[in-house]
Amino acid sequence: MPAQSWSSIPAPSITQSPETEVLRLLSFSLFLATWWIAALFVGGAKLPSPPAVLNVIIAEASSGALFLHLGATLARVALAFVLAMSLGSAIGYLMGRVKLADRLGDPWLILLLNLPALVVIVLAYIWAGLTEAAAIAAIAINKLPTAIVTLREGTRALDRSLDEMATVFAMPRWRAFRHVVLPQLAPYIAASARSGLSLVWKIVLVAELLGRPNGVGFEIGVAFQLFDTPRLLAYSLTFAAVVLVIETLLVQPFEARATRWRPRAA
Amino acid sequence: MRLEVDISGKTFRSAAGETHEVLAPVSFALQSGEVGVLIGPSGCGKSTMLRIILGLDRDFHGTIARPPEARIGMVFQEPRLLPWRSVEQNVRLAAPGISEAKLSELFRILELEAHRSHFPGELSLGLARRVALARAFAVEPDLLVLDEPLASLDDALAGRLRDEIATLVASRPMMTLLVTHSLDDAVRLGDRLFFLSPQPARILAEVPISIPRGARGDAEIAAIRADLVARIQGEHGGEHAGRDAS
Repeated sequence: MPAQSWSSIPAPSITQSPETEVLRLLSFSLFLATWWIAALFVGGAKLPSPPAVLNVIIAEASSGALFLHLGATLARVALAFVLAMSLGSAIGYLMGRVKLADRLGDPWLILLLNLPALVVIVLAYIWAGLTEAAAIAAIAINKLPTAIVTLREGTRALDRSLDEMATVFAMPRWRAFRHVVLPQLAPYIAASARSGLSLVWKIVLVAELLGRPNGVGFEIGVAFQLFDTPRLLAYSLTFAAVVLVIETLLVQPFEARATRWRPRAA
Repeated sequence: MRLEVDISGKTFRSAAGETHEVLAPVSFALQSGEVGVLIGPSGCGKSTMLRIILGLDRDFHGTIARPPEARIGMVFQEPRLLPWRSVEQNVRLAAPGISEAKLSELFRILELEAHRSHFPGELSLGLARRVALARAFAVEPDLLVLDEPLASLDDALAGRLRDEIATLVASRPMMTLLVTHSLDDAVRLGDRLFFLSPQPARILAEVPISIPRGARGDAEIAAIRADLVARIQGEHGGEHAGRDAS
């Protein structure tokens, strides 16, 4: 009997079991079904059915426009993300380590944290013109403060006793940073990348809508002006799919790797 | 090589703004090849003294003279291993130049061979302490500092580890500073014992043990221990220094 009661305890699903796959598929079909039924009630002009949207996606893909716009958006996301993460991590680390930097930077941080994305984007376009640099800078500035805050917290939480260990054993700075400090910051970097990426996904479209001649945001703007719902959905859904793929293939494995030494939570 | 400690005082300001005297004037010196033992009640300021000697705490009055090129090996009270690095990596990070033969020898003496690739989170306290010891010896230190390396281990395990430390300490000449509140550690491992007072710590008595460490059998150790206990009880932590314990 005890053997049976053991086996009835569900094992923690770290790896993707077949059951999770089935559940995901089920959840996706449910979403499609709801959409389709809703489309039947509301009518094609406001909510086109899944096949109608799929047709637009195929048409845009075969003309190459879809990839052009997606590519432009992804490039902006990548640049702004890398810029904001590296700058934000460095500033956050500095503010966590040096009291003076923290005192000086804090008012700016609070300002940036609470500044609406739209203000930053519009100001960037006014000051730097409707340029690529302005768009990327505006997106990066929106993501910067959250990266700073997260990394500052991470730096404040660093284990002093391990720092002392590194000092006593006279570890060179870079080795101590790489093996003592960085692993402690890794979960914070992962968390900040996670939340930062989702923020960038949202803001990049606004920046494109307001001042770029290409990208998913630009296309959505055009679709909005024409009230072209199939086109709007075609671009939004493809974009969402790309985001999903990047999150599962890139961000989650990185997170898992960064925390692999931790005892697994059941 | 010689370590000279001359602390004239250390005060600590609490969050409430009161100043506490942690250390009274303390001075002693340690030669290469010599094991000094600081014995004192918990909370008397031993760890503060160590932090000052190691250069981690510079906010004190007095001077610490140790050769600037002296390599330090340290065993902290808590093992202070890097949880995200394996046992072997933990040791190699502190001692990047160590040869495979030396490392194997250390792991053999400390019975860690089976745990090389384990992470510290997978080890018992006893094993984690052994890794901390391996790391300290791996750097081939000129100054070895052991801060209660056997605390909160059961007697049998503490006894075994004490013998392993004795073997390693005897294997090369270095200045060793052991902090403990166990008389057993002191009489097995020490050459000169410094008895400390409660906070603010000062040296109550300095007791050299004349029988060399290697020549101390169980009978000698028991005799030295009995003598020390008698003295401590007789003098009630008295202040007469310099009498030979053996």
